[in-house]
Amino acid sequence: MSIKAVGVVKRFGQFVALDGVDLAVESGRLTALLGPSGGGKSTLLRIIGGLEEPDAGTVHIDGVEATGVPAQRRNVGFVFQHYAAFKHLSVYRNVAFGLEIRKRPKQEIRRRVGELLELVHLEQFADRLPSQLSGGQRQRMALARALAVEPKVLLLDEPFGALDAKVRKELRDWLRRLHDEVHVTTVFVTHDQEEALEVSDELVVINHGRIEQVGSPEDLYDHPANEFVMGFLGPVTRLGDQLVRPHDIEVLANHVDGAIAAQVTRLQRVGFEVRAEMSAGSDEPWVQLTRGQADALGLDPGSSVWLRAAPHAASLTLQGCEGADLGEDGLRGAGPTEPGGAGAGPGEGRRGGVGAGTAP
Amino acid sequence: MASRVGRRSRNGLRVVAVLYVTALVLVPLGVITWRTVRQGGHAFWSAISSAQAVEAFRLTAIVAGSAVVINIVFGVGVALLLTRYHFPGKRVLSVLIDVPISVSPIVVGLALVLVYGPNNGWFGLPLHNAGVDIIYAVPGMILATTFVALPLVVREVVPVLEDEGFEQEQAARVLGAGAIQRFRRITLPTIKWALAYGVVLSIARSIGEFGAVKVVSGNISGSGQTQTATLLVDERVEQLEPGAYQVSLVLIAVAVIAIIVVSVIRPKENVS
Amino acid sequence: MTAADGAGASLRTRDALEGHPTPVTGRRRVVTGSRLGATSGIGLGTAVLWLSLLVLIPLAAVVAKATGGGWSGFWNAITTPAALDALRLTVLSSLAVSAINAVMGTLIAWVLVRDSFPGRRLLEVVIDIPFALPTIVAGLVLLILYGPTSPIGVDLLGTQRAIVFALLFVTLPFVVRTVQPVLIGLDTEAEEAAASLGAAPLTTFRRIVLPVLLPAIASGTALAFARAMGEYGSVLLISGGVNRARVSSMYAFQQIQNYDYTGAAATATILLLVSLVVIVGLDLLQRWAARRG
Repeated sequence: MSIKAVGVVKRFGQFVALDGVDLAVESGRLTALLGPSGGGKSTLLRIIGGLEEPDAGTVHIDGVEATGVPAQRRNVGFVFQHYAAFKHLSVYRNVAFGLEIRKRPKQEIRRRVGELLELVHLEQFADRLPSQLSGGQRQRMALARALAVEPKVLLLDEPFGALDAKVRKELRDWLRRLHDEVHVTTVFVTHDQEEALEVSDELVVINHGRIEQVGSPEDLYDHPANEFVMGFLGPVTRLGDQLVRPHDIEVLANHVDGAIAAQVTRLQRVGFEVRAEMSAGSDEPWVQLTRGQADALGLDPGSSVWLRAAPHAASLTLQGCEGADLGEDGLRGAGPTEPGGAGAGPGEGRRGGVGAGTAP
Repeated sequence: MASRVGRRSRNGLRVVAVLYVTALVLVPLGVITWRTVRQGGHAFWSAISSAQAVEAFRLTAIVAGSAVVINIVFGVGVALLLTRYHFPGKRVLSVLIDVPISVSPIVVGLALVLVYGPNNGWFGLPLHNAGVDIIYAVPGMILATTFVALPLVVREVVPVLEDEGFEQEQAARVLGAGAIQRFRRITLPTIKWALAYGVVLSIARSIGEFGAVKVVSGNISGSGQTQTATLLVDERVEQLEPGAYQVSLVLIAVAVIAIIVVSVIRPKENVS
Repeated sequence: MTAADGAGASLRTRDALEGHPTPVTGRRRVVTGSRLGATSGIGLGTAVLWLSLLVLIPLAAVVAKATGGGWSGFWNAITTPAALDALRLTVLSSLAVSAINAVMGTLIAWVLVRDSFPGRRLLEVVIDIPFALPTIVAGLVLLILYGPTSPIGVDLLGTQRAIVFALLFVTLPFVVRTVQPVLIGLDTEAEEAAASLGAAPLTTFRRIVLPVLLPAIASGTALAFARAMGEYGSVLLISGGVNRARVSSMYAFQQIQNYDYTGAAATATILLLVSLVVIVGLDLLQRWAARRG
């Protein structure tokens, strides 16, 4: 069941949430809409689900025009960040809701709800109220509820955003496995690039109401179309006139062609990796090394080294405006411990600039 | 959901709500205002500046003022007791505070007469013999007004004290603040808006009390000694005397001002 | 491609997911209170004494007076034709008013919370006017509009409809003000979820919104009912005098005027009973709703 959105525009007062977006999602895929908060990704999802009406543009679901069709007749599953549990109904009745609306026979409802509760491992909680469940359990209930009506597509709006880090990782894994078995066309919104890279078949990066790039996670990580995508998907640092990932910089003891002279200003050990801050002329790049590499080079604050981008490194050449907009602090802030700085929109408010960093 | 059907039904609901409230409240208020205005400024002035009217306003101020002061002290005290302490019978106390919300003003008046009435009251007779009259006098009217406005301050202050919790006061205590300092520097600033809200409601309710005051005032009309503004309105209407509209308009103005003050004080929680 | 096909989707560590369910009690506050000390003890004593002198003893006196002549005296007092007429009028009018309030109050609260239009703020203020307006003034205002000199030519003086109008006026804010905060706190995502599951707007309201609002609607309606049962000032002028539409509180007042304190106390006891049932019922309802989370 494919999804196609063409020329979708949505404004809230003066604010342009979506500025002519085209999106095509193939049947059976797990697609992530990734971008900073306020970038328009949730609005796009809500328009697909029929919870918002676009000001312009069309939406097709499974080849049928859905624009203007109210949510209750679209047959989509929608999962919300804060679960949207029906608090006065038991877990069983929550999951059964869509089937009861469709006036399915009692027998069928009982069988189907049983299957779904088993699927989400909540069979022993059927009679509880949502308030008696943990956040992760509630979200699995919401997922079962959405799947119960056999939706054409499943839409998830920051489904793990309200959960703590550990549960979040577990559910993320589980969603991937679930999708591998259920194969329902799924679109989920997230601002966490790690989540998007790990779970999705296809990634759509959205910022300022526009799609920046579409492709497989590997594609986007290795061949970012622009500074924004590169900065949003992982840490970046500046080396000469290039933007490079810190783990793609080679540190050499001797000069080779194309290498830049630098001095170690600070070394920080984080577990097995070493983060080396450098000073190279007016630049202050940082490099991510393994402990073994750092020890072999005998790095110390004050050591003189040579830096160059690794041969297969993903890099972007800065054009024209060298250093102009490139907040040094911003670049250095995107450290290895907090790649991409989930949520804090890199370059927010500076569309098209080189501000691919995260404010500390 | 912004579907077209949704928008149409939303407009329908809006129209129904606005029409209902307009017909029920605004139109009647508009009509009395219009009738008063039509009778002219001179009629207005003479109606509210007659000796009887001035005395009624003065008595209203005394009765309402006293009742509000009593209810502030009692209300804040009880709110502190209910939120800061454990004691047996707390729930009963809490329920009792709410009783005046729903008791008929006539029942309130009768109850006070039966206890404090000079002829046959439980305490009234001995008090009368000692030279203290409560019923058919100002103290009884203050009691009646205090009764009906009793829950207003408590019910505004309690939720705020519950939300704020105990920690600030405990912190102040650890820092060496005594009970009075803690109340003045921590508790009072915390509850001041809720208290102000409750006080304005109490003022409006106290000025407007009619039934209970009518019973305990003993209908001594003419002398003006136990006639508040609301009783004056009643008398002028029933005796077909002029001036009821004008006094009513003053009371309406007070009520509307009170409500506007309240809506300004009210926390902006309901901005959706 | 049904979801059930994937029934085997596995969880690596289910325990982690099952972890930390919120307590069954929901979000009830843990009250950190202390025991009474000397000062607070005196404060409690004073409060209880004051409440006894002002509320408890007087209300007890009403019941004592009503039943002083034995139960048969009480029974005779409340079953005279005049008393029954008044009670019937009071109860029927109050029930009608409660029903209208339940619907209109919820509707107005909905419009105030979910809609935005020029004049919404004004509507918000107007709702509260009946709270603050002296009841006798409300009565006079209604007499002018619906009385013999009505500018719209509707003379309702002394009819039950006039009583109902007066009671609707004074009870307008009750349901609105109890439902409104619940509606503000209501998560619209649940309604969107219901819509995406195929529920039409009316179904969503009936099955998702209404059950959540019901305790608030019930308490607002109960308060309105109690207020209507005891109302005096606003119905006095429009009731058309002694022998026409006379509600129980007016009946009791006339008995007081005739120095029939026992009869007045009997009527008052009935009214008092209604208010106590409502107040205690509301307290129980609130506790039940809080437990349910």
